[in-house]
Amino acid sequence: MSEHNYQPKSKFGKWFNDRLPLLTLANHLTDYPTPKNLNYWWTFGGILTFCLITQIITGLVLAMHYIAHADLAFSSVEHIMRDVNYGWLIRYIHANGASMFFLAVYIHIFRSLFYGSYKAPREIIWILGIMIYLLMMAAAFMGYVLPWGQMSFWGATVITNLFSAIPLVGESITTWLWGGYSVDNPTLTRFFTLHYLIPFLILGLVVLHIWALHVPGNNNPIGIDIKKPSKDTVSFHPYIVVKDLFALLLFLILFAFFVFYSPNVLGHADNYIEANPLVTPAHIVPEWYLLPFYAILRSIPDKLMGVIAMLSAILILAALPWLDTSKIRSAVFRPLYKQFYWILVLDVLILGYVGAMPAEGLYLLIARIGTAYYFAHFLIILPILGKVEKTLPLPMSISEPILGGSLNAEPARSKEDFQKL
Amino acid sequence: MFKFVKYFSLIFFLISGNIVSSAENAEKLLTTDWTFKGPFGKFDRASLQRGYQVYQEVCASCHSLKYMSYRNLSEEGGPEFSVQEAKAIAANFEILDGPNPEGEMFTRPARLSDKFAMPYANEEEAKSANGGAYPPDMSVLVKARKGGADYVYSVLLGYEDPPVGMKLDDGVHYNKYMYGNKIKMPAPLSEGLVEYADGTTATEQQMAKDVVSFLMWTAEPHLEQRHKIGFRAIVYLIILSILVYFSMKKIWSRIETEV
Repeated sequence: MSEHNYQPKSKFGKWFNDRLPLLTLANHLTDYPTPKNLNYWWTFGGILTFCLITQIITGLVLAMHYIAHADLAFSSVEHIMRDVNYGWLIRYIHANGASMFFLAVYIHIFRSLFYGSYKAPREIIWILGIMIYLLMMAAAFMGYVLPWGQMSFWGATVITNLFSAIPLVGESITTWLWGGYSVDNPTLTRFFTLHYLIPFLILGLVVLHIWALHVPGNNNPIGIDIKKPSKDTVSFHPYIVVKDLFALLLFLILFAFFVFYSPNVLGHADNYIEANPLVTPAHIVPEWYLLPFYAILRSIPDKLMGVIAMLSAILILAALPWLDTSKIRSAVFRPLYKQFYWILVLDVLILGYVGAMPAEGLYLLIARIGTAYYFAHFLIILPILGKVEKTLPLPMSISEPILGGSLNAEPARSKEDFQKL
Repeated sequence: MFKFVKYFSLIFFLISGNIVSSAENAEKLLTTDWTFKGPFGKFDRASLQRGYQVYQEVCASCHSLKYMSYRNLSEEGGPEFSVQEAKAIAANFEILDGPNPEGEMFTRPARLSDKFAMPYANEEEAKSANGGAYPPDMSVLVKARKGGADYVYSVLLGYEDPPVGMKLDDGVHYNKYMYGNKIKMPAPLSEGLVEYADGTTATEQQMAKDVVSFLMWTAEPHLEQRHKIGFRAIVYLIILSILVYFSMKKIWSRIETEV
């Protein structure tokens, strides 16, 4: 690949690069050959990087003014909103930024599902992605606890109580997590510490995620392997950079709309009531981005089984590269998979909807059907589909949409390909 | 490009519709012509000043505004009393301060830098004076209720005789809009309860509108600034997007692929 031949032009550059090849890295990142047919769904990687950095920077500023103490947390947030210069702006960016982050990550995940980006040779990228997603959920959950409003407190109580479902040691684990016999000051201080730590873990995983991506290169909407670099690729800079920037700006318009004109619409009104251990809110609802999993949790009558189902719903994604037996990546050439894909999208949206509703009557029934279908999609439909589906012929390359390229487009990578890398 | 925008907005509206529809609306809330709604929404200074008067004369005997300071009354984007007026308002209240060099606590007139005086010494006193119900702090009340300003406005005007057959305990009142329809606070407003300095007729609706506007401001003291900056930010982003769009088109014209 080109960067092995890269030589900085200046003498100092050469001297420096021989000792720390940062310039080689920069050269690799700008030259990185990217399929030229990537559509806008591929811009969410860049958007997500932006979201992470925004959350870290706004979070740092908030942490300078926030007080992690059960008696002071709520009023310190009000202090930020009222008296800190532009504190309202920073807090609203951080709070809505979490929602925007999840909106982007869901699009990113469902893009990968549609175009089969999780398949060989990109399994590690995918698994790193799932780990990032899990950490994001942990960070978001703990972040929601910090303002110490009613929903913070009761959300924390409900979620931490899930650990008590573990047989024998569950109660002790919950007490250990709380640092006491209920959610209280020790819980708040440790959640704050972890909430501060996790984004940096995510950042580390993101570096690995991108590193792993740069080994095989991007998948593309057609899902066939392409020669890199070739006339099917463009260099990352300026082509992909400018396109990502444009998509990011459109995303920021939406972001700004929430921050400036409906900053509280994605939150819950009860969280502006200070936490009160003696008053339980009428409905305890998690943030919107956790609702599908909340629906799965509540659809199972047994607490332990519910927790297992909820965790499996996420962890099953890590096994996806092996559950999906089809060699063809892109849904564009998989007419049946395409239909099941959209049913899955609908299923997740329905689960999200019933997750926000009381778990009773018709809602509970829908949640159960939705949960059963969710698991059936991964455990039954995908393994069988790969074996029986009649796929459409693949093109030879991106530039020449001539059909009949299925052999060249064999997704599994041969040994020589790896050696070439 | 347009296909992308189409799908993106479709997914987005599905998600946001999901959230909005999860709000249960038992009774359609009353509303009025709020001046602070919408992207250019601003507070009506006169209304906020009247609202402060209603708060002080009607609500303040039970409800605190513990996150508000007297200085806020003269700050930009609020009722914008003059500094002298705000000082005069503050001086009407006695604040506990100390200890002094002799170790004694003492009271003194409030200054601009002080928080609003509290109606009760503590939560227990507040409860015992109100039949066991704690009158909530009103600093962020409007944001702490589903339905926001409309909800608080509706509750203020929602007192009615209970439906036939409903039995209410002593000291409990029926309110059409209150969650559970039962409220311990007696109807706080009645025609002509306050005498507005600017000559506005103090109807129940007028007082409710003024005091809810005032409470919207206490909940979101930087609302006007937020709207102003938001408009500029979005205009800036749109112009920048257009410029970047054409740069992108130019750059990608070297490749025969469409962007």
